[in-house]
Amino acid sequence: MEQSWRKAKSVFALVLGPPLFWLVLFFLIPLAIVWVYSFGTNIGLTQIAFTGTFSNYVRAIEPLYVGIFIKSVGVAALTTGLCIVLGFPVALAITFAPDKLKAWLILLIMLPFWTNLLIRTYALIAVLRDEGYVNMTLNWLWTHAGGLMSFAGLKPLGDFVPLQLLHNNFAVVFGLVYVHLPFMVLPLYSALDRLDRSLLEASLDLGAGHARTMLQIVAPLALPGIASGILITFIPALGAYLTPDLLGGPDSQMIANIIERQFKRANDWPFGAALSFLLMYMTFIAIALQSVLAKRSAGPKA
Amino acid sequence: MSDKSGASRRSLLTALGASGAAAVGLSFAGGLAGCSPKADTKTAGGAEEAKLNFYNWDTYIGPTTLADFKKASGVDVSMSLFATNDELFAKLKAGNPGFDVIVPSNEFVTRMSQSNMLMPLDHTKIPNMKNIDPAFLNPDFDPGRKYSMPYTWLVLGIGYRKSKVKGVPDSWKYILDSDQYKGRIALLSESADLTRLAAKYLGHSVNGIQPDMVAQIEKMLIKQKPYIKAFHDDNGQDMLLAGDVDLVLEYNGDIAQVMKEDPDLDFVVPKEGSLINSDTLCIPVGAPRPNNAHAFINYLLDGQVGADITKTILYPTPNAAAKALMPDSYRANPVIFPPKAIMDKCEYGAFEGAEKAKLFEEAITRVRAA
Repeated sequence: MEQSWRKAKSVFALVLGPPLFWLVLFFLIPLAIVWVYSFGTNIGLTQIAFTGTFSNYVRAIEPLYVGIFIKSVGVAALTTGLCIVLGFPVALAITFAPDKLKAWLILLIMLPFWTNLLIRTYALIAVLRDEGYVNMTLNWLWTHAGGLMSFAGLKPLGDFVPLQLLHNNFAVVFGLVYVHLPFMVLPLYSALDRLDRSLLEASLDLGAGHARTMLQIVAPLALPGIASGILITFIPALGAYLTPDLLGGPDSQMIANIIERQFKRANDWPFGAALSFLLMYMTFIAIALQSVLAKRSAGPKA
Repeated sequence: MSDKSGASRRSLLTALGASGAAAVGLSFAGGLAGCSPKADTKTAGGAEEAKLNFYNWDTYIGPTTLADFKKASGVDVSMSLFATNDELFAKLKAGNPGFDVIVPSNEFVTRMSQSNMLMPLDHTKIPNMKNIDPAFLNPDFDPGRKYSMPYTWLVLGIGYRKSKVKGVPDSWKYILDSDQYKGRIALLSESADLTRLAAKYLGHSVNGIQPDMVAQIEKMLIKQKPYIKAFHDDNGQDMLLAGDVDLVLEYNGDIAQVMKEDPDLDFVVPKEGSLINSDTLCIPVGAPRPNNAHAFINYLLDGQVGADITKTILYPTPNAAAKALMPDSYRANPVIFPPKAIMDKCEYGAFEGAEKAKLFEEAITRVRAA
């Protein structure tokens, strides 16, 4: 197998050529242009001179922007953590579901992808707002409970105060978890599904409890799936733009919102490019960390 | 601005357009790769093909206007939509991709004319200019109307829920410098508009704001931030209508629209004065069919045509002939046309260079990060 591509170089080139061409033309070249921008200076309103300056990066590491970067990492990390906690049991449940049901459960996980992110976010607004479905339901329960209590001769409850669910950091994390949960469940499921069930039986037979079996047998074996789930959740959450914009409060801006404003309202493309590349370097670091971890966990066995 | 949906030309599409930020970047890269403006050679004389590319805000034209224009002139108008001035500017920055008529707001008329992105208008080809209210004929952002014809105007003010607010919140104080309505306030997230209105509240003009005043405004807004529920992307009228907030910084046209759905809402231009915006009809440099473009602009400025458009979009019109044809419910509506005494205190925000824009942007970024 290993030699086959050398023997059929022309076929290999034919297969690799178009996607490579696509990648270079529509990804690497535009990316390179933006990279060059990040070393540029605005001249007037429409021109950017490539001066090789580092001033955009110097501005990008001012405490104001570093603070926003840190906050974005924090929000993305919290989102990823919650996705593991919520996604692991779901993935496990699907793994142990009867085969017929499995396909349907997977479909349910995939279903949100069929709807545009913007529509889903607006739907969340309708659910979470002060006069949204959650608060409407709570209000109904509150009023009826109050009615029952006064019926029973007790002091009725006070006025219903709606829960503040929208336009704050809670809403942003909630929205991000909601959007990214499938990204966590699917790799976890594929890792757990491949698990050798006899190992679980052995663990249980040898006296380990369910919790211990989970932590010491299942979790380590599913580690590659967990790692790729973390990565695939963390990276888009770090660059989240729409969710903080629509669900967030006055202080919920994340780094992608700042970048967007540089390219549009502020009309400062060089600075926006510098921020974008800093974000990309952070993503590379996350990927590098993951591959180092993956190697380390694979190392002793090899 | 369809009267049913409650979404203004600036609201839902702003979010949609925002998600297309990457596409804007790509279009510039495309410009670099050599997609120069498709400048048609057949521009001289009357030998233009019977077509026109119109780049407009969403729901910002009458339902039959384009078809009527085709009947009147034989020119087929194809309309595409943009959601923000920034999007319009970014799209034309690398060269005109083939638009004949565009609708930038006042500040962007200055920006674009300074960057040689607009074609001077030939007033002899626009006889309907006589319909325009003389008050709109010589604005600071485009002296002598060299590049732009006024299409609509709008003014920022406070939209509020009458049952939840004591009296009339007729000062910027209530939303910019007071905890009286804490957690019930939404501000527009435009950095320049916010800074300018805060300056107006402090007794300064909306223009010529110096850095020390920006610092003072930043301090005031950081102090105010805990009382602000959200910075909205011009969908403040929806938040007000849904009961998320009780006071909102918004445009009069947007609030006039939701007031039809909820009589408990009202709008006031604060006594300190405010910012006026005006959307204008312009011809970008490199327009393939400037003759058709002039004819189309002239058509839109016709009294009856203007009235038909205004009936749909309900924005204040600078077209005196069109206004005269409108019913009293529009002409005497104090939300659409605030009292003259207040309007006299309102100003257009002038474009004062990229450095100033950066100063405003960074101040508001700091407010939001604080």
